[in-house]
Amino acid sequence: MARYLLRRLLAMPLLLLGVATAAFLLGNVVKGDPLASILNERQMNNPEVVAAAKARWGLDRSMPERYAIYLGNLAQGDFGTSFRTKRPVMRDLLDRLPATLELVFSAMLFGSVTGIALGVAAAHWQNGPADHGARLLALIGSSVPVFWSSLIALYVFSVQLGWLPGAGRLDAAIRPPESVTGFLTVDAALAGDWHAFGNALGHLVLPSVMLGWAVLGIISRMIRASMLDVMQQDYIMTARAKGAGTLRVLLRHALRNALVPALTIIGFTFAYLITGAILTETVFSWPGIGSYAVDAARALDHPAIIGVTVLGALAFLTANLLTDIAYVFANPRIRLG
Amino acid sequence: MPAAPATDPPLLEIRDLRVHFRTPAGVFEAVGGIDLDLTPGEVLGLVGESGSGKSVAMKAVLGLLPPQARVTGQIRFRGRDLLTLPEREMRRLRGGRIAMVFQDPLTAFNPVVTIGDQIGEMLWLHDRALSRRQLRARTEELLALVSIPEPGRRIGAYPHEFSGGMRQRAMIAMALANDPELLIADEPTTALDVTVQAQILDVLRGLQARLGIGLVLVTHDLGVVAGMAREIAVMYAGRIVEAAPVDDLFAAPRHPYTRGLIGAVPRPDGGGRGPLVAIEGSPPGLTERLSGCAFAPRCPLAAARCTAERPALRALGSGRAACHFAGAPAPAAAEAAR
Ligand SMILES: Nc1ncnc2c1ncn2[C@@H]1O[C@H](COP(=O)(O)OP(=O)(O)O)[C@@H](O)[C@H]1O
Ligand SMILES: [Mg+2]
Repeated sequence: MARYLLRRLLAMPLLLLGVATAAFLLGNVVKGDPLASILNERQMNNPEVVAAAKARWGLDRSMPERYAIYLGNLAQGDFGTSFRTKRPVMRDLLDRLPATLELVFSAMLFGSVTGIALGVAAAHWQNGPADHGARLLALIGSSVPVFWSSLIALYVFSVQLGWLPGAGRLDAAIRPPESVTGFLTVDAALAGDWHAFGNALGHLVLPSVMLGWAVLGIISRMIRASMLDVMQQDYIMTARAKGAGTLRVLLRHALRNALVPALTIIGFTFAYLITGAILTETVFSWPGIGSYAVDAARALDHPAIIGVTVLGALAFLTANLLTDIAYVFANPRIRLG
Repeated sequence: MPAAPATDPPLLEIRDLRVHFRTPAGVFEAVGGIDLDLTPGEVLGLVGESGSGKSVAMKAVLGLLPPQARVTGQIRFRGRDLLTLPEREMRRLRGGRIAMVFQDPLTAFNPVVTIGDQIGEMLWLHDRALSRRQLRARTEELLALVSIPEPGRRIGAYPHEFSGGMRQRAMIAMALANDPELLIADEPTTALDVTVQAQILDVLRGLQARLGIGLVLVTHDLGVVAGMAREIAVMYAGRIVEAAPVDDLFAAPRHPYTRGLIGAVPRPDGGGRGPLVAIEGSPPGLTERLSGCAFAPRCPLAAARCTAERPALRALGSGRAACHFAGAPAPAAAEAAR
C-alpha cells in the first residue's frame, strides 16, 4: 500500500508537467495577441509602450526561453502575473478556490448521497415505481445541459417563487464571516453567525443541486446495477439468516459491497463536476475558479488560463488518487505491492 | 444442556410443506408436500441429489425464500407455526433459536467485513445491550469453541484470509453464537476439500452432542449422515421417498432410490455392499416432474403402474417409503435392483 501510494505520488509531477506543457503550447498557438488584453488601442500604436510591455511580460523572448522560465516558475508555485487582474495568478486562484471547492463538494455530496439512496431504492424495488422514478430523474439530470437547467431553476425558484436567494455566494447586505476555511457556510457556523450561515446555505443550494444532479444519474444507475448483483450473493442470505432487518441487509451488507465497484465511477464524476463548475459558476455568478477561467479565456489571459488548467489537472489527479485509496480501503481483497 | 427426554414436544414438525415458484415460464413445484420431525437434541439427516429441494425446504423453515415462492403447509417450531409468524418474530428466531450453516463458507461470509465483526454482528443482533468488549470476548470464545487457533489474532482477519476449513469452522461458530436450539447445516462439507470434510463433521458432531442442539444435516452424500444422524429422510424431486432410523435404512433400504444411494456410498471396509454404483441418469428438473413416480425413468423396478400412479409414502416397519414395490422383502428387492 505504502509503495503503491509512493509510486502514484511520484507519477503526479510527471503528469502535471505534461499538462503544463500542453497548456503552454496551446496558449502559444491560439490566435490572438495577448498584448491586446494588456494594452489599450492607443497604447498599441506606440512602439515604445509595446516594447516595454513585451519586455515586462516576457513576450519578447523566444518560445523555448519562455517555456524554460515558465517551468522554473511553476516549480516554485509561481504561475506568473495575470494580464487581466495584474495580480499573481496564484493569489487569484487561492482567493477563488474555496468558493469552487465549496460548490463542488456540496454538489458531490448531494449527487452521491442522493444517487446512492436512489440506486439502493431502485434495486430494492426493482421495476417498481421507485425504480422508474429514479431512472427518469437520472435521465433528466444527465441529458439536460447544466447551464440550461440552472437558468430555469434560477428563474423558477429564485425569481418567480422567491424560495431561494439568487446569484452569488451571499446577499450583498450581509457581512461575510471572518475567513477561516474560505467556505462561507463553515466560516459562518464557526463564527456563530447563523443569519449569514442560512443565507450562504441558501445561495449554495441551487448551484450545488443543479451541478450534483448531473452526476446523480450515473451514480444511481451504477449503484443500482451493482446492488442487484450483490443482492444475489450468498452472504446476503447469511445476513438474513442471522436475523438482520431489511435496512441493515441493504445498507451494511449489500451497499458496503456494491460501493466497491461504484467508487471508481464516483471518482470519475469528480472530473465532470470540475468542468461542470465552470458553467454553473457562470450562470450563478459564483466567484470561483470557473468564472475566473471564463474571464481569463475571454481576455486571452495566458498565465491565468495556464494556472487554471494546471490546477484543474491537479484536482483531477488528486481525486483519482483518493478514489484509488478509498477503493483499497473498501475492498480488503486487494493488496497493492 | 443434556439431550432432552423423549417426552419433550418435538423441536421441529413439518407437515405437508409445499413450495411453488412463480416464474415467467409458469408455476413450478420445488417441494411437493413433505413431513419431517425432529426431537430436541437429535440429528436428522436430509439426503438427496442436487436439485431435489432440500435447500428450498430448509430456507422455508427460516422464511428465507424469495417473494416469488409460495409456501404452504405447516412448519411448527416448539409447537408454533412459523409460516404464520409475523416477520418481526421470525427475525428474532433467525440466528437466535434457529441458526443455519451454509454450503460454501467463502461466499457465505461478507467479503469486506472481518470474521470477528460478522460473528459480533450475530451476537449484537440478538442482544443490543452487549458492549464492544463483551462482543469481542464472546467472539473469541466462539472461535476457540470450534478449535480455531489464536482466536485473538484471527478475529480481525477477512474471510479470504482463512482456509476453507477454517472458514467453515468460523461459520459454525457464528451459527452457535446465540445458543440455538435448532441448527440447519445445508451441505456444510460439500464445498470443502475431502481432507477437511471429516474434521468439520467432527466439529459439528461434537458440538451438537455437547450443546444438545437439534440438527438437521442436509447432504447429497449418505456417507456424511451415516455416522451422525439418528433418522434419515431421503428426498427425490421435491418429495420424501423414504424415511427411517439410520441403522434400518442402511440394513434394509426399501426404496430403489435409497438402495442406489447406498450403492453410491464408498465403503471404507469394502465389504458387504458390492461395487460402488452410481444411479444412472439424473433427477427430473423442476419443469419436468411427472404425474407418476418421479423416480420411475431411472428405476430398475419400474412398471406400468409406476408412471401412471404416484406411490404414497406409507409406513413400513420402523420407517416410511414411497414405492409400489416397497412391500417386497428387502433382500429380494435389492437383488432385483442390481
Ligand atoms: N428462486 C427460485 N426460483 C425458481 N426455482 C428455484 C428457486 N430456488 C430454487 N429453485 C429450484 O428448486 C429446485 C430445488 O432446489 P434446491 O432446494 O436448491 O435443491 P437442493 O436439494 O440441491 O438443495 C431446483 O430445481 C431449483 O432450480
Ligand atoms: Mg442445496
